[in-house]
Amino acid sequence: MFHSKYLIVGASHAGLSALDAIRLIEPEGEVTLLCAESTPPYSPTILPYVVSGEVRAEEVFLRRSDRFERMGVRFEAGARVVSVQAGDHSVELESGEKWEYEKLLLATGAAPSIPRIEGLEGVSYHVLRTLEDAEKLRAAMSAAKEAIVLGAGLIGMHAAENMLKAGLKVRVVEALDQVLPAYFDPRGADLIERAFLEQGIEILTGERVEGVAQSGGRVELSLSSGKTLSGDLLLVSTGVKPRTEYLKGSGVEVEEGVVVDDRMRAGGVEDVWAAGDVAQARGFFGDSKRVNATVLSAVEQGRIAGMDMVGDSALQPYGGGMAVNTYTFFKHRAFSVGMGKVSESEDDFEVDQVYLPSSFCYQKLVFSGGYLVGASGINTELDPGVLYQLIRRKVNLEEEKGVFSAKPLEMGRVLMSQVWR
Amino acid sequence: MGKGYKTIAFYPQRCDGCQKCVEACSEFHAGSTDPVHSRIKVVEAGGAFGLALCRQCGEPQCVMNCPAGALEKDTETGVIKWDRDRCVNCHICTLACPYAGITYNVVSEEVMKCDFCEGDPACVKACPLGALELKRGAEIFNEWAELEDLVVPGISACLGCNSELVLRHTLRRVGSNVVVATPPGCMAGVGTVGVNGKTGVKAPVFHPLLTNTAAMLAGAKRYYKRIGRDVTMIAFGGDGGTADVGFQSLSGAAERGEQMIYICVDNEGYMNTGVQRSSTTPYGAWTSTTPVGTVLRGKSRDAKPMPLLMVMHNCEYVATASTAFMEDYYRKLEKAIEAARRGMAYIHVFSPCPTGWRFPPSKLIEVGRKAVQTNIVPLWEYENRVGRIRFTHPVENPLPVAEYLSLIGKFRHLDEEQIAHIQAQTQRKIEVLKKFTSEQTTTTLHHAA
Ligand SMILES: Cc1cc2nc3c(=O)[nH]c(=O)nc-3n(C[C@H](O)[C@H](O)[C@H](O)COP(=O)(O)OP(=O)(O)OC[C@H]3O[C@@H](n4cnc5c(N)ncnc54)[C@H](O)[C@@H]3O)c2cc1C
Ligand code: SF4
Ligand code: SF4
Repeated sequence: MFHSKYLIVGASHAGLSALDAIRLIEPEGEVTLLCAESTPPYSPTILPYVVSGEVRAEEVFLRRSDRFERMGVRFEAGARVVSVQAGDHSVELESGEKWEYEKLLLATGAAPSIPRIEGLEGVSYHVLRTLEDAEKLRAAMSAAKEAIVLGAGLIGMHAAENMLKAGLKVRVVEALDQVLPAYFDPRGADLIERAFLEQGIEILTGERVEGVAQSGGRVELSLSSGKTLSGDLLLVSTGVKPRTEYLKGSGVEVEEGVVVDDRMRAGGVEDVWAAGDVAQARGFFGDSKRVNATVLSAVEQGRIAGMDMVGDSALQPYGGGMAVNTYTFFKHRAFSVGMGKVSESEDDFEVDQVYLPSSFCYQKLVFSGGYLVGASGINTELDPGVLYQLIRRKVNLEEEKGVFSAKPLEMGRVLMSQVWR
Repeated sequence: MGKGYKTIAFYPQRCDGCQKCVEACSEFHAGSTDPVHSRIKVVEAGGAFGLALCRQCGEPQCVMNCPAGALEKDTETGVIKWDRDRCVNCHICTLACPYAGITYNVVSEEVMKCDFCEGDPACVKACPLGALELKRGAEIFNEWAELEDLVVPGISACLGCNSELVLRHTLRRVGSNVVVATPPGCMAGVGTVGVNGKTGVKAPVFHPLLTNTAAMLAGAKRYYKRIGRDVTMIAFGGDGGTADVGFQSLSGAAERGEQMIYICVDNEGYMNTGVQRSSTTPYGAWTSTTPVGTVLRGKSRDAKPMPLLMVMHNCEYVATASTAFMEDYYRKLEKAIEAARRGMAYIHVFSPCPTGWRFPPSKLIEVGRKAVQTNIVPLWEYENRVGRIRFTHPVENPLPVAEYLSLIGKFRHLDEEQIAHIQAQTQRKIEVLKKFTSEQTTTTLHHAA
């Protein structure tokens, strides 16, 4: 039986952020990080760049190798947790090893969610979540010619671009009517789609896959429109789901993810916290709890969890998560924060837009009352970070509204400049 | 003196938007004055200048969120270094940074940020107006330490007295060209006033009546003006001397636009006479005249909104302050000194009292901080010239008021209903203040009044 005062399961954004918060207050107490994978910590966000070969797998690590030693932290690679006994304050690893803890953080992230499609189980397909997945996909790409990507979310779109650049013919199938439905409105999505079409990627939106079959080295998809597609590489990127299988029978409250309060304490048990893609926490715009699978959420939630675990009195409870992301594609750049995809027609919102399709620009600000509640942009100079702060700090713009709409870049910077220190 | 990291401080009031810093930055980093290459951006909007520049944060959000490990704080210099070879151009850092300190350069097609030009920033040297200064973070505090302490050592304030802290810091900043009035209250009681050279303040200090502080100070100011001397008048009234007994004279002086700084040191009661209630004692608080028993549960009325009343007097400057946010207080003092040349500057300083409120002296700053974080004490300022209230430390997600109340003995008896009342009252107060952040509301009210 091993023992660690603080036990962190998962060594990515959420786990590492918690670790830093704990060490800020307690330089000595025993901290152990358990990581299922055998590599040093890395971020899944980096994987598209591993697939493309822009970075090499051995270079992508989130922390320099001597970091844990300097911090006096025990890092256990290849240590997959298979069950949690919250009553005894212990966890069990795949190897049979047991670890006792005083405080436990679950930061196991999410795994690809695989849709129920007839025949899918029987064919060989790829996903992209781990370094191992990325290396497999990269290897497969070098032998393949025609790829099919299921799902036009961020992961699918990134991968489609990579595969095109590697010389493959690429088709993307998306059940909804637009690409990147989690972040962009139809107009923004159209612009992004256009960039893909211009590069020769075929995108089929509004198409559900009814069945999948494999013959020889090829997979065949039959679509709801009656079309069929075939290719020699299939990537399934239809979303993610929190990794919670190992919590069965533990008493930890799990809905979609581990249900947490505003201090990231897990429901149902004592002395357990959860943060990052595995957690289901308060949403910023409403009270319903949701999984908010982004780097920013994982870092922020991890930090709050770490602070609460170590009893840091400076802790500010979680203000709620919202959709925030940046996206770069074919030399273009886009971002979306908060309710960036609210449409003009919706009541209670005021929308300011600049749309210049010929120069491939789109910018949108969404207000509710005197407050900014969302923004998105494609090839604009706006600072996503500044807008994100104006939303989450609930900065009242009622008075400045006119100036802000006319000069959002400048006004945003002035406002944030004033709050510094 | 320990070594601290440097940062580039920006003084917007000195800036005229000439863009010389921007040109210097582009020139240094790209050999061209095209602003696209500049890591520093000075922008104007709504009549104010703002700076978008990396603050070389202590807890850098960009570093914490970069998925590629491409950003790192240099432990020697404190500069956040960006590693081009590791960067994958994902732009997450531009989303994580609150200050537009790291931005995308459309020409070089990569992100860029301030690197301090190998320790000697080109922008600072290029600024002709001194609006940019390279400073160690701690230097701001050292500057204050170097200002003369005008209060003698050994005055008889209680252990952990916040009012003493207010007195010492205020006078450091205001300086010795001053006439100080300390009416009856803690600040007079601890020995600031005396006769035959035995005063506790190294500047002219007098002891007006509780009822006439502002009137006497107004008279003193007029005298000095007549003899042609520019002297700052400053009063340190307690909340009793300000909001109750001295209110008529303060109100009159404010209405007449008398030139002075009036500091209300609000410890929420008559502390030096044995902890009696005043009109700023908050709802629910125990005092010796609002006892806790089977019927009474502490004070049954809400506190008088003194600072807002002063806004309604059309003062030149009104602010709330807390010693837990010292930089904020110093900035407000600077504005008050300036405003007092034109009329009345009123600062309401929240002043927790370990003795009368029943909490350990070591918790003083914690109490002050929690008061702000729960919105019990919102920090704001009103400049007559601007015409509306501005929050100087907006609280993103206020903590529940219970986190503040539970630190303090005078609230120990509160039941859930009382806590709920305080929570609701706190929210109401913020809502009202928010209305005053609109110029229209404030002027309309002024006209109506
Ligand atoms: C291809 C791709 C692109 C992305 N792009 C973006 C982007 O551009 N912007 C953005 O904001 N987000 C992006 N994301 C999402 C982002 O990577 C995640 O939100 C973030 O990594 C979540 O961090 P986490 O710490 O919660 O979990 P993860 O990063 O998923 O880490 C989970 C950790 O737990 C470990 N683990 C899992 N199960 C166990 C177990 N049973 N026992 C022990 N250890 C275990 C894993 O080994 C890993 O170390 C992307 C994700 C992918 C896959
Ligand atoms: S880039 Fe932004 S977040 Fe990073 S250190 Fe600079 S100011 Fe802070
Ligand atoms: S753009 Fe570069 S520096 Fe910024 S977060 Fe991405 S990898 Fe890190």
